[in-house]
Amino acid sequence: MDLSRQNEAPLYDALERFRRLRVVPFDVPGHKRGRGNPQLVEFLGQKCVEVDVNSMKPLDNLCHPVSVIRDAEALAADAFGAAHAFFMVGGTTGAVQSMVLTACKHGDKIIMPRNVHKSAINALVLCGAIPVYIDPKVDTKLGIPLGMELADVKKAVEANPDAKAILINNPSYYGICSDLRAIVDLAHQSGMMALVDEAHGTHLYFGDDLPLNGMAAGADMSAISMHKSGGSLTQSSLLLTGASVNEGYVSNIINLTQTTSASYLLLGSLDISRRNLALHGRESFAKVRSMADYAREEINEIDGYYAFGAELINGGSIYDFDVTKLVVNTRGIGLTGIEVYDLLREEYDIQMEFGDLSNVLAYISIGDRLQDIERLAGALDDIARLYAKPEGNFFSAEYVTPIVKATPQEAFYAEKIKLPLQETVGRICAESVMCYPPGIPILAPGEVITEDILAYINLAKEKGCSMQGPESEDISELCVLK
Amino acid sequence: MAKKSLDCWFEEMHTDNVKMSIRVDQHLYSGSSEFRRIDVFDSPEFGKFLTSNGNVIFSEQEEFTYDEMIVHVPMAVHPDVKRVLVIGGGDGGVARELSHYKEIEVIDIAEPDKMFVDVCRKFFPDNAIGLEDVRVRIYYEDGLRFLRRCKDKYDLIINDATDPLGHEAGLFTKEFYGNCFKALHDDGIMVYQHGSPFFDEDEENCRAMHRKAFRSFPINRVYQAHIPTCPAGYWLFGFASKKYHPLKDFDPERWEKRKIKTWYYTTHLHQGAFMLPKYVEDILTEEE
Repeated sequence: MDLSRQNEAPLYDALERFRRLRVVPFDVPGHKRGRGNPQLVEFLGQKCVEVDVNSMKPLDNLCHPVSVIRDAEALAADAFGAAHAFFMVGGTTGAVQSMVLTACKHGDKIIMPRNVHKSAINALVLCGAIPVYIDPKVDTKLGIPLGMELADVKKAVEANPDAKAILINNPSYYGICSDLRAIVDLAHQSGMMALVDEAHGTHLYFGDDLPLNGMAAGADMSAISMHKSGGSLTQSSLLLTGASVNEGYVSNIINLTQTTSASYLLLGSLDISRRNLALHGRESFAKVRSMADYAREEINEIDGYYAFGAELINGGSIYDFDVTKLVVNTRGIGLTGIEVYDLLREEYDIQMEFGDLSNVLAYISIGDRLQDIERLAGALDDIARLYAKPEGNFFSAEYVTPIVKATPQEAFYAEKIKLPLQETVGRICAESVMCYPPGIPILAPGEVITEDILAYINLAKEKGCSMQGPESEDISELCVLK
Repeated sequence: MAKKSLDCWFEEMHTDNVKMSIRVDQHLYSGSSEFRRIDVFDSPEFGKFLTSNGNVIFSEQEEFTYDEMIVHVPMAVHPDVKRVLVIGGGDGGVARELSHYKEIEVIDIAEPDKMFVDVCRKFFPDNAIGLEDVRVRIYYEDGLRFLRRCKDKYDLIINDATDPLGHEAGLFTKEFYGNCFKALHDDGIMVYQHGSPFFDEDEENCRAMHRKAFRSFPINRVYQAHIPTCPAGYWLFGFASKKYHPLKDFDPERWEKRKIKTWYYTTHLHQGAFMLPKYVEDILTEEE
């Protein structure tokens, strides 16, 4: 990274220059710097509304950048150690899908862990590629899916030597990391692309003593959620590519689905946040890390909770752990993570990132203060005091190897009928079912519905997980192949 | 020749539209700790006063009001207080009032801001004298953190924090009241600053406090005092109790026998303090 250049923010500067010119708008958007929509100004502020503008020559165009956006993207590539960086306004969903669509076309195989984000599986619906799933090991005590074991990836590669790519989730939602370098090397040796979903790993590029990042591991493409630990606005992300990838082709792929009205609020925030990460990332993430360590210490003193950390590392399914993540296992107090998540929000005004059947997860960032960590610890203590139950028999999140009878695309577009949940056993599902967060499909199009899967879905519903995917709003029915 | 006063004024906004101004003779101190900016002024009317981030925290002329009200009200109700925890209170005023009670054995103070304690020692010796009592022990630690480790430890907890925003925000939360409940004995009492109910912008905080405390303790009452430098000069305190009712279990004779000299509190006032204006009663009932 060339620190001297990282001080620049060409897109942000262009927007500020443009703001000061007070150009008369006869183009879209129709609110015309807010004058046409005073309530919008009230809601968001004049400054914000003034830079909500359309692409134009001085501000470049995201679909084919030649000036300030291109320069901002070049700086981002430099900051992340990539050959090229694309500013993405469709979230990391857009970035992940573009990666998959770049690597695969109809009928190609792609090796991926089953616990991928729905965006990866949905990309398969779009292009008709075939998933080869790897069983993510599950820690049944903690109730979390783990990383990909090298041996399992090797087996999949040997069984599918014609696969076009390996997709790796690194780190996972829970901060679990796989042996990224070994998997990337294996992919390249076998003539496959290595794609990394680093939605939860922006900080791996800037912090010390954190797990290896995708570009450093030699990956071909990587999807980065700048709006998670990068500090930019929601829905803004980056797609990074390595030297061996044809960036012109990637650009065409992105433009297949990208909006032609990219928001400058999102783009500007990417530029500013990139600069911030490059110049201050190291110290910021050191602070984040020490807050997370402190939080773990304090929470582990409360009976019944287990905030796990690097002690889990086992060199295989947990090759490394992202210590900036705070995951608290709640089984010890007899409550599911989702119940603790709801209590924290409803009774204590604390919004956690996510709760599943056994854990709650907090995203610690540079925006947090020690006093907020004290509040979290105090609230968890109070919840244990008021609501703890004897540790029950928990539904262990066993990974059930999916029985894939059709490709996602075939199943999604097949002739289907809608049936009540309990009548779907043995049928092939035509849609996805997942809890959101985390947005990892419990059931994906093309997979056979089993009793175990239905039991899991019913349990999740009962415990209050927000569920998504099927046409049926209350998930009482599923579309299955005729 | 008569001494001429300076035309120098300290001002504090009580709302966007209401301002309090105090003529100032000297600006005695200005400094910043990791938590806040602290200033000390000397004024003709209020004597010396201390501000935190531009808000008056206490003045020599009125500190007796809240130190007495936050100590003698619960002490005149609870029959046998041995162990007290003060959260905040680094100036020593609360400790000073507590020291009048011979039966108290332990006065723990949890005050994270050491600079605040040092400044008070230097400029407000009449308050800081409270910190010299042998039973006082100061813990320079975040109040919420200190409390988390306490179980069934105190008879009385006094929450002297006044600002629900800023670094003391954690002391106005549901988890704080819950942790206090856990830290108190079975018949423990917690008293706390309950803000001012008059102006719109203070009302929401006041409501929130009652709403949260109400769900944590079986007995919850609110009492009032007149404090000139706070918004509208009208201030409330919360009395949260596991067992004792502030009026039904109040023992005025027993308190009178102690012969403690006060400037604001009397056993008559004790009862009157719990008699609130209708609009304040309504605010509290609505949050119950």
